[in-house]
Amino acid sequence: MTITETEEHRPAEGDAAGPTPIKITVRRSRTDVAYRRIAWTAAASTFVILVLIGVFLYIRARPAFEYMGYWGFLKTQVWNVSGVHPSFGVGSALLGTLILAMISLVVAVPVSIACALFINEYAPRKILGFFPAKGLLTSMVDLMAAIPSVIYGLWGFFVLQNSMKGLSRWLSDYFGFIPGFKVNTPVYTSSLLIAGTLVGIMIMPIITALCREVFSLTPLGEREGAVALGASRARVIRDVVFPFSKGGMIGAIMLGLGRALGEAIAVSIIISLTFGPPNHLLQPGGNSIPALIADRFGSGGKLGAAGLLAAGLVLFFITLIVNLVAANIVRRQEKKRA
Amino acid sequence: MMTTSDVTTDARKVASSSAANLGEQPITAGELNATGVCAWFSGRLVLEDVDLFMERHAVTALIGPSGCGKSTFLRILNRMHETINGAQLAGTVELNGEDIYSPNQRATWVRRHIGMVFQRPNPFPAMSIEQNVLAGLRFNRIKTSSKADLVEEALTKAGLWTEVKDRLSNMGGALSGGQQQRLCIARALAVRPSVLLMDEPCSALDPASTLRIEETIADIKEEVTVVIVTHNMQQANRVSDNCAFFLSENGKPGHIVEVGSTVKMFSAPNDPRTLDYVNGRFG
Repeated sequence: MTITETEEHRPAEGDAAGPTPIKITVRRSRTDVAYRRIAWTAAASTFVILVLIGVFLYIRARPAFEYMGYWGFLKTQVWNVSGVHPSFGVGSALLGTLILAMISLVVAVPVSIACALFINEYAPRKILGFFPAKGLLTSMVDLMAAIPSVIYGLWGFFVLQNSMKGLSRWLSDYFGFIPGFKVNTPVYTSSLLIAGTLVGIMIMPIITALCREVFSLTPLGEREGAVALGASRARVIRDVVFPFSKGGMIGAIMLGLGRALGEAIAVSIIISLTFGPPNHLLQPGGNSIPALIADRFGSGGKLGAAGLLAAGLVLFFITLIVNLVAANIVRRQEKKRA
Repeated sequence: MMTTSDVTTDARKVASSSAANLGEQPITAGELNATGVCAWFSGRLVLEDVDLFMERHAVTALIGPSGCGKSTFLRILNRMHETINGAQLAGTVELNGEDIYSPNQRATWVRRHIGMVFQRPNPFPAMSIEQNVLAGLRFNRIKTSSKADLVEEALTKAGLWTEVKDRLSNMGGALSGGQQQRLCIARALAVRPSVLLMDEPCSALDPASTLRIEETIADIKEEVTVVIVTHNMQQANRVSDNCAFFLSENGKPGHIVEVGSTVKMFSAPNDPRTLDYVNGRFG
């Protein structure tokens, strides 16, 4: 064995009178050093790529920020990149993105958690006496995640859109007093609600798969402890599975949220891009940053391109923050448990 | 033999009384009678034709080498066996003459009245010590006039009260292994079960904790019938009144070789295999 690298752990400066810890020298073999360097490089590259994307977006977006000002770009709700006096910003796209993400979570979270619980806790061993229900359902959920978003978009446009008219009308008729729910001209298609529902369906598989994974990690000892005390299955879920899975569930939802924020194709197929305050959920029109980028890409000249990259930078920051917050919540939950 | 309607009304009576105040309920040890019990895992017979009567106010020890079906039998006594995928069983188990596998019987009711302590301590880590003790009441929606009294009573019986009385709101998972196991015993006793099943409760513990739990078993047997699985012959000798020796020979399913009073089983058993086993000559 050839020793090629050494590392010293120096003891802290201690009290001279007391016992002093010895120096420990770690001597590594050549293969160990090679593995360490490869792993280190791979880990560092994810960070480097992240930073490079941020830097690239910022450099290319700067003309837009310089023209509109940072705050101006964030709050301007129109997108006129050509003409004599261009004026553009992500004001309405940003709000639209957040509204879409909220709708999609409202749709996806309850269904995903219920679905994950069914697969883990309630699914029979075999269905029709032959198919293993758990495995079949799990792979179907995974398959759902594999469907390209453009297909979801088409399905949403031709199928979901029509079948949601009734719901939209009902919401408008009975909940019209809520801001954004009143529909003045009775057209219920191409709305934020439909796009949000579609995105919700698209993020269901990832949330379901992650929640199922977390639920299945619940220690058997704790489960049996509750069952042996006379707990019903619902009790076990509420008092053992959920407390154990809290952190993982939040992580799963946040990852779903990250995807919902970035969904472009399906959203731009459904909604017809409109600018101005996104103040109606049930009638045609709306906006979102990814849909805006997909829709306006390649038009609007140099300033327009910079504007789209600036919009991309805003989205990049939002998803970065969402993921950091998610990671933080998960870590805090784990710490609390340990 | 009870008719179906008798069982139903009985079950209803007990169900309604469990919703009443726990303090008013008399503490009564129950008797368990298993007849013709067989068990399968994924179609493989692991336990065959076991008859065993577990006396009121007594400690029954199930002894025998690993893999002879003791734990499986124990889990059949409070319907925990059926929670395992592919597990099946035959025979009857009666608690005070009532069939716990009757179609009218709820498994949750059975488990609330026949408690269980596991090999590895399994307190609920997200709950405090106090919440752990009261978990069974919460699960079964049982009311009690004074939670504090019940917590003290259950922890005292489990021999844990003096150690934890000043930190009842601490998390249950922060206790030592031996304390965790006594917390699990307290948790099981808090719902006032008729029978307490213990599946090698000391095998993960140090000798001092083992001694404390053996003392606890001696203290509680007046109010709850105890059935304990153990691999430790001295422990079986110390804590039990009756013993059942399980054996599975040459790949055949487990069965009971001999049942008797602990004194007789350890001094002059009828079967030579029992004598060999209790003297540590095999297993």
